[in-house]
Amino acid sequence: MSIRGVHLDIENLIHRYTPKSPLTFDGVRIEAKPGESLVIIGRSGCGKSTLLHIIAGLLKASGGKLRLDNEEVKGPSSRWVMMFQAPHLFPWMTVERNVGVGLHFAGWSKDKLRDRVAEAISLVSLDDYAQNNVQDLSGGQQQRVALARSLVMEPEMLLLDEPFSALDAFTRAALQRDVRSISKELGFNLVMVTHDIDEAVLMADRALVMAGSPGKIMHDISVDLPDPRNREDPEVQKMRRYLMDTFEEAVALQKGNGGTQTKVGSLSRMNGISEPAG
Amino acid sequence: MSGATQTMQANESNTSMMFKSTGRELVNFVAGLLILFVVWYLGIEWIASDPDKANFADFGPIPAFNAFPWLWEDGIIQDAVTASGYRLGVGLLIAIAIGVPIGIVMGTSKRFREYSNAPFQLMRMVSPMSWEPIAVLAFGLAGATVIFLVAIAAVWPIIFATAAGLAKVDPAWFKVARNLGASRWHMLTQIIIPAIAYDVLTGVRLALGVAWIVLVPAEFLGVSEGLGYAVQDAKESLSYDSLMAMILVIGTVGYLLDGLCVLALKRYSWHK
Ligand SMILES: Nc1ncnc2c1ncn2[C@@H]1O[C@H](COP(=O)(O)OP(=O)(O)OP(=O)(O)O)[C@@H](O)[C@H]1O
Ligand SMILES: [Mg+2]
Repeated sequence: MSIRGVHLDIENLIHRYTPKSPLTFDGVRIEAKPGESLVIIGRSGCGKSTLLHIIAGLLKASGGKLRLDNEEVKGPSSRWVMMFQAPHLFPWMTVERNVGVGLHFAGWSKDKLRDRVAEAISLVSLDDYAQNNVQDLSGGQQQRVALARSLVMEPEMLLLDEPFSALDAFTRAALQRDVRSISKELGFNLVMVTHDIDEAVLMADRALVMAGSPGKIMHDISVDLPDPRNREDPEVQKMRRYLMDTFEEAVALQKGNGGTQTKVGSLSRMNGISEPAG
Repeated sequence: MSGATQTMQANESNTSMMFKSTGRELVNFVAGLLILFVVWYLGIEWIASDPDKANFADFGPIPAFNAFPWLWEDGIIQDAVTASGYRLGVGLLIAIAIGVPIGIVMGTSKRFREYSNAPFQLMRMVSPMSWEPIAVLAFGLAGATVIFLVAIAAVWPIIFATAAGLAKVDPAWFKVARNLGASRWHMLTQIIIPAIAYDVLTGVRLALGVAWIVLVPAEFLGVSEGLGYAVQDAKESLSYDSLMAMILVIGTVGYLLDGLCVLALKRYSWHK
């Protein structure tokens, strides 16, 4: 399998669920190079999942621009696949059929999809479980099946909505490492949402801090650390503290402002320069 | 004691336990039926002991069993079961063809659910036999009337079970499927139908029970074959032994059909 990434370009994205409901987020701007891993961190309810659904084409934004490789996103596509917090496997299908279901939707014959499905299953180290009922797998194994189900589509971008939050610490650490290394190996983009600062430090090329109501991207922080990343590494620890401080500051700032206008997105603290808030 | 022997002993006791449990089930099955026949026999004996009611003796189990050979040789049982089975099958198929789509719409559209609730609940509570006069006017005194009555009896459990099945479906499955590029057709055949198959079959099982009960009285009138007709015919010709034999056939065939449903439910159940 070899996959290439995609150029993601989001400008002034606005969303409200109904004409009467308040803005979920306002003026979101994100740009990512092909193959880049973005991790969005933010408090519960600030609109992270909503943003991810919009990028995946599962939800239509109320306004703004969303382009992938200079093409407007109009709906879901197998070029960008989303993975959710829970595996949501189809319990009436085996592991193999769950993984192959997207290719089946795309019209692939059973014979044709077999090899690629086997390859994807192998990528998540579940070869021995291909014929199993997915209900007999552990939570971590199920989430791996969901990962294989996404990877088999050879997406140019993988969207992850807190995909490991329900897993135990060991499984989570293993999957964090695997997803990052697979994405780097195959060259696809990652856009991941999480509450977990550690996860952001371990997986991101860039961490975006989202805060406020309506939500905004408050900071865009480059996480320039060598791979493989180790939680205990002083550099990783340092970055973690820096992210934590930035995050808490952003939240405090929002509260101080009563959640009103703050300059959008461009408040970059990439070089440790802190800009005053509007 | 070595590990191997221990395992073997464990296996042995497992197998013997299995035999014991299926053996016990078989014994209980036979014993239950025997009790039924004994109660039946004693009840009829007791009634027939009154000289005024001596002819009740024909209702007993022994005359009924004695009637089986000639009922079978004359092809009466086979013909009745075939005719009734055909009507039941067609009626059920119609009920499924109408009930499953309505149930799917009901399960997916809140508005439809709200509109349909009152009329459906009201019509569901009407005994299917009440529609007979209307059915006779519409279809005449014919098999079609029986099929109509079976279908209208069977359609409600199927509608409600389908809708209930859909209500239990994880909405995320649709999101995941859409995300992976499912068309509407895939959504229906790969996601919705397998997801609700178990509940639909539960509905079909209930429907079969109601339909089987409605079938016999529906065949009392206007048709000249089928289990209901055979019961009616036996009643009019005062051959109570064959009447009871036909009742046994009705019960047995219904029991077997229900058993088939249980097997299908096991096959299509993914619930753990
Ligand atoms: N389907 C919906 N209809 C209306 N409002 C919604 C809907 N989904 C989410 N919201 C609202 O939009 C806001 C953002 O929700 P969203 O799920 O995107 O937050 P989140 O950042 O992902 O939170 P969490 O970290 O808890 O998952 C919340 O205030 C939520 O109440
Ligand atoms: Mg969320």
